[in-house]
Amino acid sequence: MFSVLFLISINKQQNSVGRKKIDFCFIFFSVVTGSWGYIKFERPHQCAIKLVCFPASQIQTVTLIPGDGIGPEISNAVMKIFEAAKAPIRWEERNVTAIRGPGGKWMIPPDAKESMDKNKIGLKGPLKTPIAAGHPSMNLLLRKTFDLYANVRPCVSIEGYQTPYTDVNLVTIRENTEGEYSGIEHVIVDGVVQSIKLITEQASKRIAEYAFEYARNNQRASVTAVHKANIMRMSDGLFLRKCREAAEKYKDVKFTEMYLDTVCLNMVQDPTQFDVLVMPNLYGDILSDLCAGLIGGLGVTPSGNIGANGVAIFESVHGTAPDIAGKDLANPTALLLSAVMMLRHMGLHGHAKKIETACFDTIRDRKVLTKDLGGNSKCSEFTEAICQRMKDMD
Amino acid sequence: MTTRSVRALSGALKPLFSPRSPQGYVVAVCHQTHKSTYTTIAPPARYGGRHTVTLIPGDGIGPELAKHVCELFRFCCVPVDFEVVNVDSTETSEDDINNAIMAIRRNGVALKGNIETNHNLPPSYKSRNSLLRTTLDLYASVMHCQSLPGVRTQHRNIDIITIRENTEGEYSSLEHENVPGVVESLKIITRTKSLRIADYAFRTAREKGRRRVTAVHKANIMKLGDGLFLECCKEVASGYPEITFDSMIVDNTTMQLVSRPQQFDVMVMPNLYGNVVSNVCAGLVGGPGLVPGANYGENYAVFETGTRNTGKSIANRNTANPTAMLLASCLLLDHLKLHGYASMIRKAILSTITDSRLHTADLGGKGSTSEMVQSIMDAIQSTGPRTQRH
Repeated sequence: MFSVLFLISINKQQNSVGRKKIDFCFIFFSVVTGSWGYIKFERPHQCAIKLVCFPASQIQTVTLIPGDGIGPEISNAVMKIFEAAKAPIRWEERNVTAIRGPGGKWMIPPDAKESMDKNKIGLKGPLKTPIAAGHPSMNLLLRKTFDLYANVRPCVSIEGYQTPYTDVNLVTIRENTEGEYSGIEHVIVDGVVQSIKLITEQASKRIAEYAFEYARNNQRASVTAVHKANIMRMSDGLFLRKCREAAEKYKDVKFTEMYLDTVCLNMVQDPTQFDVLVMPNLYGDILSDLCAGLIGGLGVTPSGNIGANGVAIFESVHGTAPDIAGKDLANPTALLLSAVMMLRHMGLHGHAKKIETACFDTIRDRKVLTKDLGGNSKCSEFTEAICQRMKDMD
Repeated sequence: MTTRSVRALSGALKPLFSPRSPQGYVVAVCHQTHKSTYTTIAPPARYGGRHTVTLIPGDGIGPELAKHVCELFRFCCVPVDFEVVNVDSTETSEDDINNAIMAIRRNGVALKGNIETNHNLPPSYKSRNSLLRTTLDLYASVMHCQSLPGVRTQHRNIDIITIRENTEGEYSSLEHENVPGVVESLKIITRTKSLRIADYAFRTAREKGRRRVTAVHKANIMKLGDGLFLECCKEVASGYPEITFDSMIVDNTTMQLVSRPQQFDVMVMPNLYGNVVSNVCAGLVGGPGLVPGANYGENYAVFETGTRNTGKSIANRNTANPTAMLLASCLLLDHLKLHGYASMIRKAILSTITDSRLHTADLGGKGSTSEMVQSIMDAIQSTGPRTQRH
């Protein structure tokens, strides 16, 4: 409910392709909820109304799924850091161990589903994925339940954690629901197995549009579609066609297409030539892990899954590391950076910047680092160092 | 004569007597005689002391590199004659590629450039390269990625052999649109082919004195398909106790390759993962211009650049790196048992690569293709064997 509306600025400018742009910015303040925000109208873009609302003293609830192995300890670390940063987040912990529902179908526990549907935003630790165990992978189940169609992984080189590759700054956007991971396999005759790769027009359209929208919102210059249409003519051909159609609608973002093998080849020689990459499921899986390897591994890579209906689950993508579970040796950086990504998604840019700066400064300092980053401190010491840094910043 | 030598002899005489039928051909179970495709099968018949090899120039930089290979072979007096078969990638009829396949059946070996596939054409137009590999049943694609002296890369001391199943998997080209907007693409994994490629990998590892074979898969998600592949690899591994066998999931593999590639030795995998992993390995050692590739089948062998690029953007500019194609021609000479020529040319190539003034654009230099080839010829001439200048 708006009670007061002020026009605060009219901006006339030319954007990168020389078209004139006018934006109007209104600020509003609501007496009832105590929240304020700004609305920006941009012309001449079509869907150009950006509404950002800052709930003044409102605490937002986020579903927290600690996960298995080192999950609980790194979740605790993140909660402690958020407390020290005074972020307006309340955590609701839930467990997602698969249970058999009515009809024999595997599903996640109903209280977890209810919590996610209500809160819309979630933060997840690592979950166990058994090989050939009977029930589907937990991550797969979550994806299907909330229709998490886009997996976004920004890979940025971390100063202070040296790898052979410098200045990496790219984002991989992977279609998360279909493709090679449809799970449809059958034994045709003994000794012959067929796996089905499913590509649909709807899912390809959705992911392509999301990629361009992301590029526009995050000021990225180009989107590259990764495919193998020379071999998989119909399936990757359909995906490519949808990407081309989406590119038509977003003329301010440059669009290129590249074969998967060429991307792999060039990525390990010069990763700075890539910006945003969009691709189907399997290629996305491989490439996003490849890019994570370029910046230092899964222990420092954030990841977010965007779903339909405004649901978004941010997660750390490393394994459960059962060998170091419970020993206070884990590195919470991945989950922390994912939580920072979550804050940005929710519009809490100030808190996001504070936590991210504290984390990077601690790593750059190289005094208190966990074992995988090259130091020999404990997880709690690393967490404490970040909290201390944030207190010093205030 | 012992049974083993009789069997070996009949194996050698088989190509002369049995009809060549690539279709309907059941692969014998791996426990039979150790038939290594490149050591016990005799090289194709020589007429007048010279071998005939099919040469398919391909597109992009293919034709100019093929010319350099012919030039070099003539210069070194290598007893190989090339039968050139052009394949026009703009033609929709399959006559050209069928002629090429027939020529390869006739000669037994080929050197080829990559044939471009326009992916905007309808699915009825199959990739020519894929057609060649499946028709001739070239089931193993082998790429040996080694760090070369004189080439600056982020990682050093890499020595990985990637063995990729070349005929099935995701490249089966079996796709259909059930309902408008819903497309299914089939990935086929069979027991016979998985056993065959695993056996090839372990035999190669044994012959080259390698200690470890890693199978790359995604069996946690594709439980039946890649699960079968993994099972076949494990089965074959039990017959090679001196070689360590382990497996790794493909996304973890790519991550390990960019952080610590020195841990890998021999890698065996299905088609698509093989594409990704071999390209990553090629990128790690210096790029597409340096690594040769070989495709081996039961009866035929085709040699080409490892990463199979057409290099359209640098065609006819004299800036392509000839190393990959020339090293592929050395592999061809090794296959024909002309080891003397092979090592002579290889040594000359490696000495040229160490000179960074000659590096082409892909290695960060400003050299040209012809300069590099000239330098290789000079290096060969200075070592003394009889050469022939025009």
